[in-house]
Amino acid sequence: MAQYLLSVITDSLDLATPEEMAAIDVFNDRMIADGHWVFAGGLGGPDTATVIDNRGERAVVTDGPFVETKEFLIGFWIVEAADLDAALRLATDGSKACNRKVEVRPFL
Amino acid sequence: MSATDAADAVARVHRAEWARVVATLARRFGDLDVAEEAAAEAFATAVERWPADGVPPNPGAWLTTAAHRKAIDRLRREAKRAEKQREALMPSDAPEPLGAVDDDRLRLIFTCCHPALAVETRVALTLRMVGGLTVSEIASAFLVQEAAMGRRITRAKEKIRAARIPYRVPASEDLPDRVAGVLTVLYLIFNEGYLASGPGVPPVRGELTAEAIRLTRLVRALLPADGEAAGLLALMLLTEARRTARVSASGELVALDEQDRGAWNRELIAEGHALVRERLASGRPPGRYQILAAINAVHTDARDIRDTGWSQVVALYDQLARLDPSPIVRLNRAIAVAELDGPEVALAQLDGLPLTGYRPFHAARAELLRRVGRSEESRAAYDAALALAGNAQETAHLVRRRDQLAGP
Repeated sequence: MAQYLLSVITDSLDLATPEEMAAIDVFNDRMIADGHWVFAGGLGGPDTATVIDNRGERAVVTDGPFVETKEFLIGFWIVEAADLDAALRLATDGSKACNRKVEVRPFL
Repeated sequence: MSATDAADAVARVHRAEWARVVATLARRFGDLDVAEEAAAEAFATAVERWPADGVPPNPGAWLTTAAHRKAIDRLRREAKRAEKQREALMPSDAPEPLGAVDDDRLRLIFTCCHPALAVETRVALTLRMVGGLTVSEIASAFLVQEAAMGRRITRAKEKIRAARIPYRVPASEDLPDRVAGVLTVLYLIFNEGYLASGPGVPPVRGELTAEAIRLTRLVRALLPADGEAAGLLALMLLTEARRTARVSASGELVALDEQDRGAWNRELIAEGHALVRERLASGRPPGRYQILAAINAVHTDARDIRDTGWSQVVALYDQLARLDPSPIVRLNRAIAVAELDGPEVALAQLDGLPLTGYRPFHAARAELLRRVGRSEESRAAYDAALALAGNAQETAHLVRRRDQLAGP
């Protein structure tokens, strides 16, 4: 088994609608039942981000995300899956449930 | 054995056995890079040894054994550097299922054509891993720098490993989509060779049609029940049969109605027709490639353009339009309608098609307008076609046709 990060990508700060929340709950329950679930969470928007760079002598604090983009990360799942095909199937259902794009990346 | 004979033997065995050797090793070692490198080294050893030792009685087995040893050597070398990697790469102890050899090649094809890879990457990876073309050959076929093509293939292998793109035939619920994806890759390879064939084109590029046909034969043999694999093979054969007649000695595209039909390859046509008949006899509803093959079968059945069964062609385009209601299908249907119901009817059907950026649309309009005597508009349509990018043979053809029109 390998782990994958399923990132939820959006271009709007609108919260999930009640219908989307209900579909996400169903999807989460099924992932738990099928043994795919590791962790999941929703995030604040890019405006709530703060970047710290402490590679130099002093930590530099910057308001905002590390890069401004039209689309951004708004939530994620970490899942266990046998291979990319299995992870893509989960992402396909997850995207449908939350009604947003989902990026799949393997943990190394 | 002479050096030339041995070189010929290696070339022949390379065509026949490369995919099998790579596929077998990829399954044993679970890594495409290891498989590819070991296979290449084994073939290099054959080039050195066979002229002196002779070609072994079972060259495929010889190469697989040699490549297996090369792979183990590499893994041992790497094991000294990284213990962890050794564990990841060591061959599994799972017993090899019987008759798995052909399955291995199918696995290899599905891995190379995985939808998580970009289309141009799937094409390059399939030509390298399954076709056995060198990186430099693939680069020159696609007119990119060898280093860039090398990076593309390396990145693909890294993604396959890191993201765990599985090395297996997809689950049955995914199979139709995934087979369609494989056929798309093969058709892209074919078209890349076909559309660019003619004088001044690097030979490797022209050979892509032969390579595409070879790979499609393999997929057809591995998936004998798949109608679209048979359809695509038939479509390629019937297209390839006309390849030499399609470009003149001076490097100009020759339209279907002007082609020397005696120069068509009868052997390929017979094979293509047999496949189309086989699909018709199956009674199953045909997919896109089978319908396109049937259209090409009608064209290649006519000894003279006037003998073409145009009503059959139009009926087949109707069937295709139901699967794929794209404007390009409607354009091609209209071209056939012109032969059946006249150019005026066809022109009316072209009106409003959203294809103003598509060269064949303007070329078809120009020909139809010319036939109804609207020379001015025809000339403007040729100019519109020429203003869009296209290959040199096509351009030469359009310029000649335009310049034949009476001056304004």
